[in-house]
Amino acid sequence: MMELISYLGYLLATCLFIFGLKRLGSPNTARQGNIISACGMFIGVLSTFIQTGFEGFQLILIGIIVGAVIGVLAAKLVAMTAMPEMVALLNGFGGGSSLLVAFGAYLVAPQIGAVTAVITVVSIVIGGLTLTGSIVAWAKLAGTISTRPFSFFGQQVLNALILLGLIAAIVIFSMDAMSHITLLYAVIGVALVLGVLSVMAIGGGDMPVVIALLNSYSGIAAAAAGSVIGNVLLIVAGLLVGASGLILTSIMCKAMNRSLANVLFGGFGSVSSSSSQSDKDQGEVNPITADDAYFVLEAARSVVIVPGYGMAVAQAQHSVRELGDILEEHGVNVRYAIHPVAGRMPGHMNVLLAESNVPYEQLFEMDDINPIIDNVDVCLVIGANDVVNPDALEDEASPIYGMPIIEVSRSQTVFVMKRSMNPGFAGIQNPLFFKDNTRMLFGDAKESLQALIGEFKE
Amino acid sequence: MDLMVAIYTLFIVVLVVFLGFELISKVPSTLHTPLMSGSNAISGITLLGAIVLVGISETQISQWVAFAAVVMATINVVGGYLVTDRMLDMFKSKDKSK
Repeated sequence: MMELISYLGYLLATCLFIFGLKRLGSPNTARQGNIISACGMFIGVLSTFIQTGFEGFQLILIGIIVGAVIGVLAAKLVAMTAMPEMVALLNGFGGGSSLLVAFGAYLVAPQIGAVTAVITVVSIVIGGLTLTGSIVAWAKLAGTISTRPFSFFGQQVLNALILLGLIAAIVIFSMDAMSHITLLYAVIGVALVLGVLSVMAIGGGDMPVVIALLNSYSGIAAAAAGSVIGNVLLIVAGLLVGASGLILTSIMCKAMNRSLANVLFGGFGSVSSSSSQSDKDQGEVNPITADDAYFVLEAARSVVIVPGYGMAVAQAQHSVRELGDILEEHGVNVRYAIHPVAGRMPGHMNVLLAESNVPYEQLFEMDDINPIIDNVDVCLVIGANDVVNPDALEDEASPIYGMPIIEVSRSQTVFVMKRSMNPGFAGIQNPLFFKDNTRMLFGDAKESLQALIGEFKE
Repeated sequence: MDLMVAIYTLFIVVLVVFLGFELISKVPSTLHTPLMSGSNAISGITLLGAIVLVGISETQISQWVAFAAVVMATINVVGGYLVTDRMLDMFKSKDKSK
């Protein structure tokens, strides 16, 4: 009877997850969708307690309280600009938990059949690499370690060897799981190392893809753990996350016109040397002062603001909105053009601009802005680099050739706010800075914006 | 694992994967971040597995493993939902100001 009730609970939770995800897909219902999904989780937890007859309730309650306190603090204290690394870190914990569940299930009952043995290893490997991969992603996004792709000689070979080793481990383990606990420890170790290696090899600009992919992994790991422990809700919900994460990953890859394999193994840095010879003949950059930029902006009738990761770093989103409002008051048509992979996670810029209350109607996607960009008086590029790099259209030797960009250089004037002439994370030069209609406004994005706002207020 | 159970599981797997693809593929890019962090919270569903594991653990070591799993999964669930809610709150407050 209890079994039946708990299974009906799982069914209800499944429905709530599906409804929740569906509602998350539209701006007006998204918040409600998230709450529906949270209700699903609550019912799922409750149903599990009913199923297990509250076995070990005290210990579980302590665990939940500890986890909840940490979770609440993390969610409340994190700054909006630090959202990508927060999401990455939380995701890593999910993966780590799946690893432990699969491993713990084996400790409790090591006499498992071949299929369960295979799934146990899969869950451990994916969970483990999600855990350490997410931690490395977090460290890269938080700036604790360099965002440059880190690769070494023979890395591909090592990866291939690791993969072969894991396959061998799966085969051995599936034949006789009982007597191979040492092997399982080794698998855990290898999975953790693999997560570090694979994310270290990926550059900062590819982070949106990596985060989406790690998100997908944590779902798959949960589904595998669910299969090991025999819980259908884990399988269903885990796979929902896994599938949605994969879709998001492929959307991000398409936005960069690269294949997933290229992102994972082709690290930007390793190819950038081929394009460096074209650096010399690019001419001079034209710097501009806030004073002069003000006169141009004041005379403009339409302005497109193109934000990038630099805006997040400088925490300049509020200043951006302030300038946008002032321009609107001066009768300027202000639009924000958002590249799908601007920033460090999918939709990163949208979150920041939403935080500073930029009206939804002023946000435009790349495909909507490019056709009308010829008629724009001023494009204001704030901390964006690769997503406006004309090399993506013109230079076949460029590592980012073929990536769709916001074609700012077609507008009348381009202002680029940039801290210095250092190339972006990928070490790729940006010929946009050398174009005749480009003016560079050097300095911290926030300070530059404040200077412009000051000019308008005078 | 029983073969028939495996087959049934495979049915679920196929259907759910297609459902997941369908649910997500039409979401506007504005919502990609909250969507990702919302689904990230769902991946904390492994909490249920951790709860089951605590219940069936007999040795000290498996109990600690299960306990750690509960803590980690709860961080994922609670943090994930709250962070998502915080983000979506900003998206909503914009409508009010109109």
